[in-house]
Amino acid sequence: MQDIDIADLKRISELIHQKYNYDFRNYAMSSFKRRVLRIMELKKLTVDTLLKKLTDTPVFINEFLDELTVNVTEMFRDPSFWRVMREEIIPAIMLNHKQFKIWHAGCSSGEEVLTMCIMLKEMGILQDVTLIATDLDVNILERAKTATYPIKNMELNEKNYIRFQGSASSLKDYYREENGNAIFNRELFANVSFRKHDLVLGEIFNKFDLVLCRNVMIYFNQSLQNEVLKKFHESLFKYGYLAIGSKESLIWCDYANRFIVVNNEEKIYKKIKD
Amino acid sequence: MNKYNLNNSFKAVVIGGSAGSFQGMVKILSQLPKGFPLPIIMCLHRLKHVRNGFVEALSIKSVVQVTEPHDKENIKKGGVYLAPANYHMSVELGHYFALSTEEMVNNSRPAIDITLSTCGFVYKEKLIGILLSGANRDGAQGMRAIHEKGGLTIVQEPTECMIDTMPKAALAATKIDHVLRVDQIVEFFKELDKQYR
Repeated sequence: MQDIDIADLKRISELIHQKYNYDFRNYAMSSFKRRVLRIMELKKLTVDTLLKKLTDTPVFINEFLDELTVNVTEMFRDPSFWRVMREEIIPAIMLNHKQFKIWHAGCSSGEEVLTMCIMLKEMGILQDVTLIATDLDVNILERAKTATYPIKNMELNEKNYIRFQGSASSLKDYYREENGNAIFNRELFANVSFRKHDLVLGEIFNKFDLVLCRNVMIYFNQSLQNEVLKKFHESLFKYGYLAIGSKESLIWCDYANRFIVVNNEEKIYKKIKD
Repeated sequence: MNKYNLNNSFKAVVIGGSAGSFQGMVKILSQLPKGFPLPIIMCLHRLKHVRNGFVEALSIKSVVQVTEPHDKENIKKGGVYLAPANYHMSVELGHYFALSTEEMVNNSRPAIDITLSTCGFVYKEKLIGILLSGANRDGAQGMRAIHEKGGLTIVQEPTECMIDTMPKAALAATKIDHVLRVDQIVEFFKELDKQYR
């Protein structure tokens, strides 16, 4: 396998920033390096030919982003998290709002938003919730919209669902099998709008009662995590909730004191100060 | 006596293991000299969807508390860290951890190759890499990366391993400085500790 030094990684992120207005300059170095090396290997490129391709072939950028961003996820990831959502967080939101809004920031291939929709449907409130699912990568958004996953992924998803203790006997109640794929009932996505949005350079676009951004900020360095937390803070109504990944932490962020920890194990926070 | 020809220039120890490594790891941690000065960074294959229990099991007999670091957590001297379930664990140049949910590597997440090679990149010749028993080839490329950066490499004596695939793969992939039984690894840690007193 080839190697790449930090100076070359910087040249790549500078070029992408200047030419395409995506900013990877504050991505965590170790994973950014692996992603770039992975693209070089997949596309049989060297540093020089990669730089040339990014310079000369603008259409290549979507493909590049699709491979650069990490699109590995699963339904009902951390079943205990979803039980807390169902039993504590969603009921707490509903105490004050009959209708509410959820943002899935960095939704990737859509497993998490689909999980949310199934849970809300089982709670009988799917029709009362507006969901916005965003990602930087337009290709992955198109895939997410189809609510279609390889059947081989369903074993893990099903295991998680059983540990979540959903009200259906199996996730099979929500999908049909076709050509090696699980195709989920599209009505689950009736209230979901999928949109391209860049967490790093994008503007605040709405206010939410709940924001989920699990295992996305781990790809950012601390200063970028800090900036993105400010955006989440601004995108939340007062007393709205923020959920991050189970091994992520906000404690070193400037805005951490504007949130309280609602559930430390599942990393769920509540905005208490504007 | 300085059997392993050690000095006090090392800054970290990284350990990988899989099937059959748990008992050895427990033994090493239970006989670790009190106040051992270097961080110990462990990446052990584990059930992907069981978040709790493993760190507790490792800690029971350990002289130090084992922790699963958060993303971007600083690496402390004397800290004992375990890669959390279902995340890859890297070390960054500023001596802190970075977690990721990237694709599995060698059918594993956490992958030993990722933890070992990022440690090698950061600590270079100041790193000791240890690979224990295991049933696949994860860790071999990581050991190679450690050796190429000038670090010291150790594998568990294959005849002692419950499953010797992992140390054998490392022996085939790169130069291994010491092939040791677990009791010798314990002794190695004691000798290493003395260099810092």
